[in-house]
Amino acid sequence: MIHQYRLNGYNMVLDVPSGSIHVVDELSFRAIELLDQGLSQEEVRARLSEEKLGEKEELLSVLSDIEELKARGRLFSQEAYEEKALDLKSRSTVVKALCLHVAHTCNLNCEYCFAAQGKFHGQAALMSFETGKRALDFLIENSGTRRNLEVDFFGGEPLMNFGVCKDLVAYARSIEKEKGKNFRFTLTTNGVGITDEVIEWANRECYNVVLSLDGRKEVNDRFRKDSTGAGSYDRIVPLFQKLVANRGDKNYYMRGTFTHYNTDFTNDLFHMADDLGFTELSMEPVVAKKGDPCALTEEDLPVLFEQYELLAKDMLRREREGKPITFYHYMIDLAHGPCIYKRISGCGSGTEYMAVTPWGDLYPCHQFVGEEKYKLGDIWQGVTNTALRDEFKLCNVYARPACQDCWAKFYCSGGCAANALHAQGDIHGIYEYGCELFRKRMECALMMKAAQALDPELAEK
Amino acid sequence: MEHIKTLNTRDLAQSAVNGGCGECQTSCQSGIAQQC
Repeated sequence: MIHQYRLNGYNMVLDVPSGSIHVVDELSFRAIELLDQGLSQEEVRARLSEEKLGEKEELLSVLSDIEELKARGRLFSQEAYEEKALDLKSRSTVVKALCLHVAHTCNLNCEYCFAAQGKFHGQAALMSFETGKRALDFLIENSGTRRNLEVDFFGGEPLMNFGVCKDLVAYARSIEKEKGKNFRFTLTTNGVGITDEVIEWANRECYNVVLSLDGRKEVNDRFRKDSTGAGSYDRIVPLFQKLVANRGDKNYYMRGTFTHYNTDFTNDLFHMADDLGFTELSMEPVVAKKGDPCALTEEDLPVLFEQYELLAKDMLRREREGKPITFYHYMIDLAHGPCIYKRISGCGSGTEYMAVTPWGDLYPCHQFVGEEKYKLGDIWQGVTNTALRDEFKLCNVYARPACQDCWAKFYCSGGCAANALHAQGDIHGIYEYGCELFRKRMECALMMKAAQALDPELAEK
Repeated sequence: MEHIKTLNTRDLAQSAVNGGCGECQTSCQSGIAQQC
């Protein structure tokens, strides 16, 4: 399978099975296009002559280059990975990460919240230290020989249970050496509860912090309000700035959500970068039911595509000027990225990754919490619904019929099971709108890689 | 090659032979495309 596109002056050719990426001239672009349509070399040569795209010698040279790449398995390569997907069920998996829902309550009342204002369509609740401690023990017991273990403090708003977060980290640190483990904690917060003590703790103990901010004040405050209806921007921005200023070179992400009301979301990213001084950015499409006023529409798609392209070009400009910013979805490692097994099997939800509710129930991930039929078990008895776990083991790119002809399948690994469930009622489905956005983001990210490799000014940096 | 520049990418067919150790992190898209 081949995918070709033009972007920002680059003619891109992707060979999907091998993962190869080529940047080609006009003549090669057309030749590959014709070969992909099933024309023979002779027919391609004749057609290119007709189209006056090059001299005979040049045409022969292009076709020779293509043949060489083909012989090396880098172009028109064959896909033979489906059997690997079937192996996945028999592989024993270890638990690598837990999402701890330490608080099913929130001090904001964001209208678009997928977690229903942090309560996940249930009762407000806080996780006790004993439950959290047992969750960490469960992770250690089920992680095999794996050393690095990831734990996310999530909610709701986790800082509404900050004492338990602190105690759990202290507990983990007290046992990790003896158990041969290294805990890496992440905090996702709306910022309202940030204090000097939180900053000191998060910057010492958390490997990553995810800070929720939607961008410009009027955009953020449209949805991110407290219970009195007051916007949160003025309260949280100075706290986020203080936390990041004290964070040194440790990971953080500003994590925004864009909706139908701000399809010009690059302005929010640029506001965070240029006016607020944040460089590590992410901006995600809202997850909302069709018909909801904030939901993204089909008419929004061309605008969003244009925005993603604008962002990629602007990021290259910033890089040339020595002031780069990071965008979560444009971070991609071509040379040292994941193997085909990882690319087939996806994010790990339900097998390597689970969410723990405040009362200790296990779910495949945070987006399934509250959907009773997706309960896997609990932290005392472990995974008791092994049929469901096996279903998630096999919930890979080859289990989704809609993915088979998609060029991006080895970048997204079949997409998000929760999004598929909410869009099509089936974890083996797809969320087509999300796929459209993902493909555009990948095209932009790969174009940026081409620019960074081939533009002398960027390659130097 | 004069007409075609190939970027430095991991060969997925080769990774089917060497890969699969399972040491990589979990990865939420809300990413996979991971240090190995």
